[in-house]
Amino acid sequence: MRATSESPDPAVPAIAAAGIRKDYGDRAALRGVDLSIGWGEIAVLFGANGAGKTTLLRILAGLTRADDGTVHLAGRPMHRRGGRARRLVGFAGHQTLLYNDLTCRENLEFYAKLYGISGAKDRIEQVLAQMNLSDRANRRVRTLSHGMQKRLSMARAILHQPVVLLLDEPESGLDAESVATLGDLLRDWAGSGRTALLTTHSADVGLAWADRTLTLSNGRIEADAVAGSPITAGAAAPQ
Amino acid sequence: MELLRGALTVAWKDVRLELRSREVIASALVFGLIVVVVFNFGLNRSPGSLEPVAPGLLWVAYAFIGVLAMNRAFTRELENGGMDGLLLAPVSRDAVFLGKMLGSLAFMLVIEAILLPVFAVMLDLPTLSPALGLVILLATVGFATVGTFFSGIAVQTRSREILLPILFFPVVVPVIIAAVEASALALQSGPMTGVWTRWLPLLIVFDALYLVICPWIFGYVFEG
Amino acid sequence: MAATAGRPAGKVSWQNAVRDLRLWLLLLTAVLTLVNGYLIFMVAPTDAVLGHVQRIFYIHVPVSILSFLGFLVCALAGIGYLIRRTERWDRVAHASAEVGVVFVTLALVTGMIWARPVWNAWWQWEPRLTTTLILWFIYVAYLMIRQYAPTPQQGRTWSAVVGIIGFVDVPIVYYSVQWWQSIHPRQVIGPEAAEGSLEPIMAQILVFSLIATLALFAYLMLERVGLRGIEDRLSQLRREGNTN
Repeated sequence: MRATSESPDPAVPAIAAAGIRKDYGDRAALRGVDLSIGWGEIAVLFGANGAGKTTLLRILAGLTRADDGTVHLAGRPMHRRGGRARRLVGFAGHQTLLYNDLTCRENLEFYAKLYGISGAKDRIEQVLAQMNLSDRANRRVRTLSHGMQKRLSMARAILHQPVVLLLDEPESGLDAESVATLGDLLRDWAGSGRTALLTTHSADVGLAWADRTLTLSNGRIEADAVAGSPITAGAAAPQ
Repeated sequence: MELLRGALTVAWKDVRLELRSREVIASALVFGLIVVVVFNFGLNRSPGSLEPVAPGLLWVAYAFIGVLAMNRAFTRELENGGMDGLLLAPVSRDAVFLGKMLGSLAFMLVIEAILLPVFAVMLDLPTLSPALGLVILLATVGFATVGTFFSGIAVQTRSREILLPILFFPVVVPVIIAAVEASALALQSGPMTGVWTRWLPLLIVFDALYLVICPWIFGYVFEG
Repeated sequence: MAATAGRPAGKVSWQNAVRDLRLWLLLLTAVLTLVNGYLIFMVAPTDAVLGHVQRIFYIHVPVSILSFLGFLVCALAGIGYLIRRTERWDRVAHASAEVGVVFVTLALVTGMIWARPVWNAWWQWEPRLTTTLILWFIYVAYLMIRQYAPTPQQGRTWSAVVGIIGFVDVPIVYYSVQWWQSIHPRQVIGPEAAEGSLEPIMAQILVFSLIATLALFAYLMLERVGLRGIEDRLSQLRREGNTN
C-alpha cells in the first residue's frame, strides 16, 4: 500500500500561499494572506465568524479563485487547470459533496473513477472501515444521519490518498466518539509525514489536535504559533 | 481519452441518479403532456386543423421541457455541493461540461422519444420519418449544449428558474427555427430538399460552434 | 496592501486629462447634435414617397450601427477581461453593453415609429427586426446577470461569457431568421427600397448624423467608464474602511 500517490519533496512546503486577496464587493474577505505549512504538520486556523477561514480553505483547494496571489501545493501551482495539484489535495467542508440517491459505496465509486484510482474496490472498503461505515455501505446517503454523512464526506476526502488535507469545521455535527476517531486519523496522518489544515469552532478540539495555530483576523494571519507555546492561548481566542 | 473518461463518469453518475429517482424524466413527461393540452385549449381549433402549427407546438413543448430538465439536472448537483466535488477532482472543466451535457442530452432524448408518439396522436401529426429523428437529435444536441452551459450559471443564482429561460431562449432561436422548419418539411409528403440543404447544415454548424465555445468558457462559470 | 493615500502624481494628471477630454467631448457632442437636428429638420429634403416620417431614418440608422459597435466592444472587452482579469476591461465591457442596450432600444423604437405609417404595422417579423430584438434580449440578460450574481467577481465573469456568446450568436440568428423568412414569402417591404433612392444630400446628412451619434456614443462610454471607475474606487475605500 503506497502511502501517497507521489512522495513529496520535503524541502518544498506542503502548502505555500502568497499574497492571497479576495473581496466580496464592499467587504474584503482576505487582504493578503501569506502561509507556509510544512510536511507532517497539523495546522489549525482560528478566527471569528466571517474572518475568511472558509474562503481561504476554498482558495487553497482551488474551488474559489483568489483576486490576487498564488497557491502552491507541494510546489505545484493550484489554478484553473491545475490537475496535478488537485490530485494532492483532499477537501471536506460544510457540504458533504455527496449524492443523496446513491449509496455510500456508489458515491465513493464515482469519486474513485473521477480521480482515476487504481485498485478502487479495496481502497473504498478501506476508507469505509476507517470511518466506521462498513455496515452502511449499501445504504443511500439520504437515509444516513448527519454525523454519518459527515464521516462519509471525510472518507471521500481521503479516498484518493491526498497528501494535503483541508478540513472546514470537521468536528461540527460529529458525536464525541467520531471526533476521537477523527483525531486518531489526523495523528496518523501527520505521523506519516502528511499535512492537514483545518478550521474549527471548538477551541478545545482545535488546540488538542494542533501542532500549530494560525489566527485569521482582518483578512490576514495575525498570529502564528507552535502549539503549546505561551502565545497560543492568547492569540487563539476563538469563538 | 482523459476527457472522455471524465465526461462519461459524470454522465453515467447522472444516469444512475436518474434511474434511482426518475424525478427529471417523470416531471418532464407530465409537463410535456400538460403543455400539449394547454395548447389545444389555447388554439381551440376544430380537430385536424392543428396540422400547420403542429411542428411549432412540438418544438415549443420540447424547448420548455428542455429548460425544465436541464434546470433539474444541475440543481441536483448543488444539493450537497456536488459541483464542488466535480471541481475538486483532477478532471478538466471541459470534461465536467461534456459529462453534464451528455447526461442532459440522454434525458431529453428519452423524454422526446416517449412524447413523440403521444404528440403524434394528440396533435394528429401525419407521419414519423427518419429525417425527423435526425432533426430531433441534432436540435437536442444544440439545446443540451447551450442549456447545460447556461444552467451552470443560473443554478448559482437566487433566481435560477427565471434566469435560465432568459439566457437560453434568445441564444437558441436558430435551433428552434431550424427544428420547426425541418420538422414541417420532414412531416410533409412533398420533397424534403430544404431539410438537407438548409436546416440540417444550420443545426450542424450551430451544434459544432457551441460544442467548441461552451466547454472552453465553462471553467469561468464555476470559479466562485 | 492598502494603497490609500499618496497616489502617484502621474495618475492624477492622467485623470485630469480624461476629465478634460470628457468636457470637450460633451461640448462637441452638443454642437454636433444641434447641427444635426438642424440638418435633419431644416436642410434634408422631404421624402417624395414617405413624407416627413422618413427623417427618423437619420437617427435610426446611426443608432442601429452604433449599437452593434457597442456589442462588438462588449465582446472584445469581455475576452480582455477573461484573459487579464483587471476591472478596467470589465468597466469597458459593462459600459459598452449599457450604451449598446440604450442604442438598440432607440433603434427598435424609432424603427417602429417609422414602420407604423409606412408598413401600416408597428412590427414585422422581418430578419433584421427579429435579429435586433433577439440582440436586445441577449444584452438585457447580460445586464440582469450582473445583478443576479452572488458576488461582483462572478457578475463580471458571467457577463463577459454572455457577451461573447451573445455576439457569436448574432450572425447565426440573422441567417436563420432570413432563411425562415424566405420560405414564408411575404410582400417585400424593407428599408432597402428607401436606401436605393437616397439623394446625395440625404447621404451626406446621414454621414454627418453618424458622426454626431458616434460622438455621443464616445461621450457616453467615457462617462460611464469613468462612473464605474468611481464606483469601484468607492467600493475599494469601503473595503479598506471595513475592518471586521
